[in-house]
Amino acid sequence: MSRSIKCRFLAAFFSLFTLVAIHSAHAEEVVVYSARIEQLIKPMFDAFTKETGIKVKYTTDNEGALLARLEAEGKNTPADMLITADAGNLWAAAQAGLLKPVKSDVLESNIPAHLRDPANEWFGLSIRARTLIYNTKKVKPEELSTYEDLANPKWRKRLCLRTSKKVYNQSLVAMMIAEHGEAKTEEIVKGWVANLATDPLSDDTRALEFVAAGKCDVTIVNTYYFGRLMSKDPKLPLAVFWPNQNNGGVHVNISGAGVTRYGRNEAAAIKLLEFLSSDKAQNLFADVNMEYPVNPRIAADPFVASWGEFKQNPMNLAKAGELQTTAVKLMDRAGYR
Amino acid sequence: MFNHNVFSGEKLAALSPRYRFLTFWRLVPFIAAALVLAPVAVVVSSLLAPAGDIWRHLLETTLPDLLVNTFWLAAGVISGTAVIGIGLAWFISVYEFPGRRFFAWALLLPMAMPAYVTAFVALGLFDFTGPVQTALRAWLDSDLSWFPDIRGRAGVILVMTLAFYPYVYLLAKNAFLSQGKRSLEVAQSLGLNKIQGFFKVALPMARPWIAGGLMLVLMETLADFGTVAVFNYNTFTTAIYKAWFSMFSLQAASQLASLLIIIVFVVIVLEQQFRSRMRYAESKRSARGQRITLSGWRGGLVSGFMFSVLFLAFLLPVLQLSYWAVDSLTHDYDFSRYLDFLWRSLSLSGMAALLICTLVTAMVYAARRYPNAATRNAVRVATIGYALPGAVLAIGVYLPLTWLDAQLSELALNWFQIDTGQILQGTLIAMLVAYIIRFMAVSHYPIDSAMQRITPSIDEAAMSLSVHGWAMIKKVHVPILKPGIFTAAALVFVDVMKEMPITLMTRPFGWDTLAVRIYEMTSEGQWEQAAFPAVTLVLAGLIPIFLLMRQTEK
Amino acid sequence: MGNVLLQLNHVHQAYGSQAVIQDLSLTLQQGQIGCLLGPSGCGKTTALRCIAGFEPVSDGEILLNGVCVSNPKVLVPPERRRIGMVFQDYALFPHLDVAANIGFGLHQLTKNEREQRVEELLHVVHLATVAKKYPHELSGGQQQRVALARALAPKPELLLLDEPFSNLDVSLRERLSMEVREILKHQKITAILVTHDQAEAFAIADEIGVMSHGAMQQWDTAFNLYHRPANRFVADFIGQGAFITGKVRNSRQIEIELGVIDGEIPFRCAAGDIVEVLLRPDDIIHDDASPLQAIIISKTFRGAEILYTLRLAGGAWILALVPSHHNHQVGEKIGIRLETHHLVVFPQPIL
Repeated sequence: MSRSIKCRFLAAFFSLFTLVAIHSAHAEEVVVYSARIEQLIKPMFDAFTKETGIKVKYTTDNEGALLARLEAEGKNTPADMLITADAGNLWAAAQAGLLKPVKSDVLESNIPAHLRDPANEWFGLSIRARTLIYNTKKVKPEELSTYEDLANPKWRKRLCLRTSKKVYNQSLVAMMIAEHGEAKTEEIVKGWVANLATDPLSDDTRALEFVAAGKCDVTIVNTYYFGRLMSKDPKLPLAVFWPNQNNGGVHVNISGAGVTRYGRNEAAAIKLLEFLSSDKAQNLFADVNMEYPVNPRIAADPFVASWGEFKQNPMNLAKAGELQTTAVKLMDRAGYR
Repeated sequence: MFNHNVFSGEKLAALSPRYRFLTFWRLVPFIAAALVLAPVAVVVSSLLAPAGDIWRHLLETTLPDLLVNTFWLAAGVISGTAVIGIGLAWFISVYEFPGRRFFAWALLLPMAMPAYVTAFVALGLFDFTGPVQTALRAWLDSDLSWFPDIRGRAGVILVMTLAFYPYVYLLAKNAFLSQGKRSLEVAQSLGLNKIQGFFKVALPMARPWIAGGLMLVLMETLADFGTVAVFNYNTFTTAIYKAWFSMFSLQAASQLASLLIIIVFVVIVLEQQFRSRMRYAESKRSARGQRITLSGWRGGLVSGFMFSVLFLAFLLPVLQLSYWAVDSLTHDYDFSRYLDFLWRSLSLSGMAALLICTLVTAMVYAARRYPNAATRNAVRVATIGYALPGAVLAIGVYLPLTWLDAQLSELALNWFQIDTGQILQGTLIAMLVAYIIRFMAVSHYPIDSAMQRITPSIDEAAMSLSVHGWAMIKKVHVPILKPGIFTAAALVFVDVMKEMPITLMTRPFGWDTLAVRIYEMTSEGQWEQAAFPAVTLVLAGLIPIFLLMRQTEK
Repeated sequence: MGNVLLQLNHVHQAYGSQAVIQDLSLTLQQGQIGCLLGPSGCGKTTALRCIAGFEPVSDGEILLNGVCVSNPKVLVPPERRRIGMVFQDYALFPHLDVAANIGFGLHQLTKNEREQRVEELLHVVHLATVAKKYPHELSGGQQQRVALARALAPKPELLLLDEPFSNLDVSLRERLSMEVREILKHQKITAILVTHDQAEAFAIADEIGVMSHGAMQQWDTAFNLYHRPANRFVADFIGQGAFITGKVRNSRQIEIELGVIDGEIPFRCAAGDIVEVLLRPDDIIHDDASPLQAIIISKTFRGAEILYTLRLAGGAWILALVPSHHNHQVGEKIGIRLETHHLVVFPQPIL
C-alpha cells in the first residue's frame, strides 16, 4: 500500500469523529425520510430551498425500513417528514402514531379528499394510476372492460401479472375488497391466477415486455412504467385501456407525505408539504416520473395526457392501508405468488 | 481443541507482567459476541410475544411451499457451489493446463458481482423477452415452448451458484495448494488412483476450509432477498419481508428470522461437533510439487469449463452492464457526484475490512489461547450475524443503537442542558458497528483456518528464541496469518461494497454510496440506470481482489 | 534371494532444461534394503519419486519385477506399482485415527480382513495401545511408526522411505532405524531408503548408493563405501579421514611420511608421481613405543574412543581413533603407527 493511500485511509478514519453530528436549533431546515428515490424528490426540494431559504436534508430507504426506523427513534427522531410511494405505508405510519395531523387550508384546497387521510395525517402528492395495458396486435379494446373481467375464462393463458408482493397490487386488491367484500374478491383473484400465461413477474416493466413480446395479451401496471417504456421504444404494440369507467373507476395510488409526530421543525415541514401541493411544485412532482398531479387544477404532462382522460376510483385511499393485510392473506389463499 | 502444550494465557499472565495484556485479550470473543447478541436478542425476543394470526395464516397457506422452496434452494446452491468451487480449486491447485495462471485469479472476479445483478442480467438475457429467446423464436419460427423456464427453481439455483461459488473456491484453493498434491501422492502410494485419492483423501482433509466456504454460502443463500425477488421465487426470507413490509408486522418477521438464526446456529454447532477431535494442521507445502500436466483435449476441456464459468458469472454480466451503462450515459451524468459515491464506497469498505479483520484476528487469537467451551460458544455467536436477512439485522442493530442514543442525549440534557439530538446515529460509527456485526463471519473462516497453521511448536520455537508477546505476534504469527487475513479483508471489502439494507438505514445524511445508488435505481425498476453505478461497483470491487491475488501469488 | 526386484537403467530426469538425475543405474534384489545417500539437492529424493511413479523419466527405464514401469513413453501410475511409501513428514491423515490411517490402503479387503490386518500391524509396530488416537495426539516416534505401518499394510512389493527419520531426535533415530530394519527383514520387505545421514544408512541398508549432482557415485555395501570408495567424493563424504600426499615408489608401493603402504594402485602412474592417500582414523594406532610422534591439535571425546586430530612433523594433519583411557592433552606429543589394510589412493587433484 502506498503512503498516499495510507494517508487517505487515516483521513477517512479521522473523519469518523468529525462526523459526530451535534444538532443545534440553528437556521431553518427540514429533515425528510423518503421512500421516493432521490431523483424523484430532489428537484422539488431544490425549488423549495430556492424559494424559502429553508434547507432540506433527506435520506432514502424503503418504506418498511423507514417506518421501523421512525418507530425505533421515537421522540429522538431527526425526521420532520415522511414521504412514501404508496398510501398503504402512510396509513401504517399514521396507525403506528408516527405522524401528526396537519390542519391546512392550502392542503385541503389543493388535494382532493379521497387522496388524503380523513384525519389529515397524510396527503397525496401525485397520482399513480394502475391501469390495463394490452397488446394492440392481439386484443381489441372492446374486449376489455374491468379489472374484475380479467378473471373471466376468456382470458385464459392471456394475462400477465406482477408479483403480489408489490404494494401496488396489494392496494388494488384491498380497494377491491372494500368494494366487493372478501369472498367475491377472492373469486376474482383466483380467476386471475387461473388466467396467467406465465408465473407472476418481478416488476411492471417486465410485465409490459411480456405483453409486447406476445407471451400474454394484457397486464395491470402503473402508467408511468408504460410511459417510460414507450418513450424508449415508441413502436411497441402496447396501448392503455382505462378500466371500470362505468363502475368504480381506475384504481389510483399516491405518492404522498406526512409530518412526523416528534419532528423538531414542524412549521418548516408544513411549509414544505404545502409547497409540494402547490401549483409550482405539482407539475415538477408528477412530471419527473410521468405521474399525474393530485392538484386538479394542474394539467398532466402532455405525453401523459395523450393517454386520455379517465375517471378515478373516488374511494378514500385509507382503505388501501386498512385492508392491506387482509388483501395479502387473500392473495396467499388464492395462490397469487 | 489444542494440544495441552500450548502455553495457556493464564499461566503466562501469572508468569510475567509482560503478558498482562493477555487477560484483556480473553475478553475479545465475548465483546464480539455481545455486539452480535444485541441485535440477535432484539430479533429473537420477538418469540416471547404473540404476533397475531400471521403464523396460522402462513401455516395454512404458503409456509409448506416456502419451506420446500427454501430447502431445495439451499440444497441446490450448496451442491452447486461445492461442485464448481471445489472442482475449480482442485484443478487450479494440482494440475497444469492452458491458462491456469490466468484462471487462478480470474475465477475470483465474480466475488465483486452482486448476486441480484447476475440475476437481473440472466433474466434479461434468457427470459422470454430476452434477446436469446427472441432470436431463437424468429429463427426457428416456433413458440419455443420447450425452452427451459429460467425463472424456475433451476434458474435461481444456477444464478446463486455462479454468484457464490468464489467463497468455496477461495477457501478450498487455500487448502488444496498446501496439501492437495501431497495427499494425492499418499493416496497413490497406498494403491488409490487419482480420483479415489481426491475423494478419499484430499477432500476430507480440506474439510474445514470447504465447510467454512459452504457455511458462508448457506448463510448468504438463506438471507438473500435481492436475487429471489428478481426471480419472484418465494423463500423463507421473502416471507419475512412480506410479514414486515406487507402485513406491517415486524414482530412476525422477527419471529420468522429467529427460526433462521436457530437453524444456522444448529448447523454450525453440528458441523463443529462432527469434527471435534480431528485436527487439520497441515503439512508444509510440498516444495517439489510439480503440477500434473494436462495437455491436449483434457487441458482444453478444463480450460473450457473454467472459461464458461468465468464467462457466465462475470464476463457476461459485465458486458451487459457496460452496454446499458454506455446507453444511460447519454443522459447527463454528474461525474463529480459519482466520484463521491465511489470514494465513500471504497473508504467505508476499507475501514470496515480493517476493523473487522483486526477484531476477528484478536478474537480467533483469544479463542486459541483460551480453548474453553465459553470462548468457543462466544465465537459461534459472534459469527451468526451473516445468517440474518440484511434488513432484519439492520433494524436489530438500529433498535439498541437508538436506545443508547436516547440515554446519551437524556444524559446530556439533564447534566449539561444541551439538546444534542442524535449522537451515534447518523455517524459512521453506527454504520461500522453494524457492518462488524454482519460481516464477522465472513472474515472468521479464512482467519481461523490460517490460525490452525500455527502449531504449538511454532510458539515454543519462538519463545525459545526469546521472542515473546507482541514481538512474537508481529514476527511470527502475523506473517503466518497474513494470507488468511488478506483473504478475509478482500471478502469483507467486496461484501460491504455490495451491502444495501444496513447502508441504507445507518448512513449519515448525504452519505450515499454506489450501493445506495443501485438501490435507488432498481427500486423503481430502472435497471439500465443502475448499470453505471453497478459497473463502477464491480470494478472497484476488483481492487481488493487484485491485492489479494498479489499477496497469494507471492 | 537372487531375484532382481528393481532395476534402474540409465535413468535421466530433468525439470525443464535443468537435469536433476543423470544416468542413474542400480539393481536391487528381492528382500534387500537399498539406500540412496547424498547431500541435500543431490537428486536422491527425485530418484525415489521416479521409482514411485510421481515423476516421469526423460530417458532410460525403470523395471519392477522385470516389467518396465517408467520410460520416456510409459508411466505406470503409482497406484498400480504395488509400492508403499513413507514420507519425510509422514503425511498422516489428521482427520483419521491411528487404526483408520493404517487401514486406509486396505480398501480392497473386507471389513473383517481389514481389521485383522490393522491389528497385526499395530502389534508389529508396537502401537496397539494408541489405535484410537489421532495423529496429533502422538509423539514423533509414534507418528513415524504409524506411517510405516500404513505403508506396510497393503503388503507392497517395494517400500520407499523418504528421509523417514529426519524429524526425530538422534537417540530415537538410532533406535527406530534398527527397529525398522528388523521389521522389514522380518516381513521380508524390499525397500529403498533416502537419507543424508550415513549412520542411518549404515544401520539399515544392505546396499548403499552415494549420489552427487544427480549422478550415482558408487552403489555398494557399507564396508566397501568406507574402505574402498570409488572416487574422491565418496571417500570424502563417507566417514572421516584425512588426505595425505605420497610418492609412488612402484606399482604396488606408496611412500608417505608415516612409512610405506602396500596395495594396488587403481590408476596408471609412474614411480615418483605424487598421489593422495586417504587415511581413516582407524588406520592410525596409538603406540607409545612408536618412534613416530605427532602433536595433538584437538580432541573429541566419543565415549569409548577419543578422536584426535594430529599434526605430523612435516605439517600434514591426520586423524586417529584411540581408546578412551588414553587421555592426552592438546599440545602433547604422542607416538603413532600406521596399520592400513586397504590402500585408498587418488591422483593428485589438478589445481
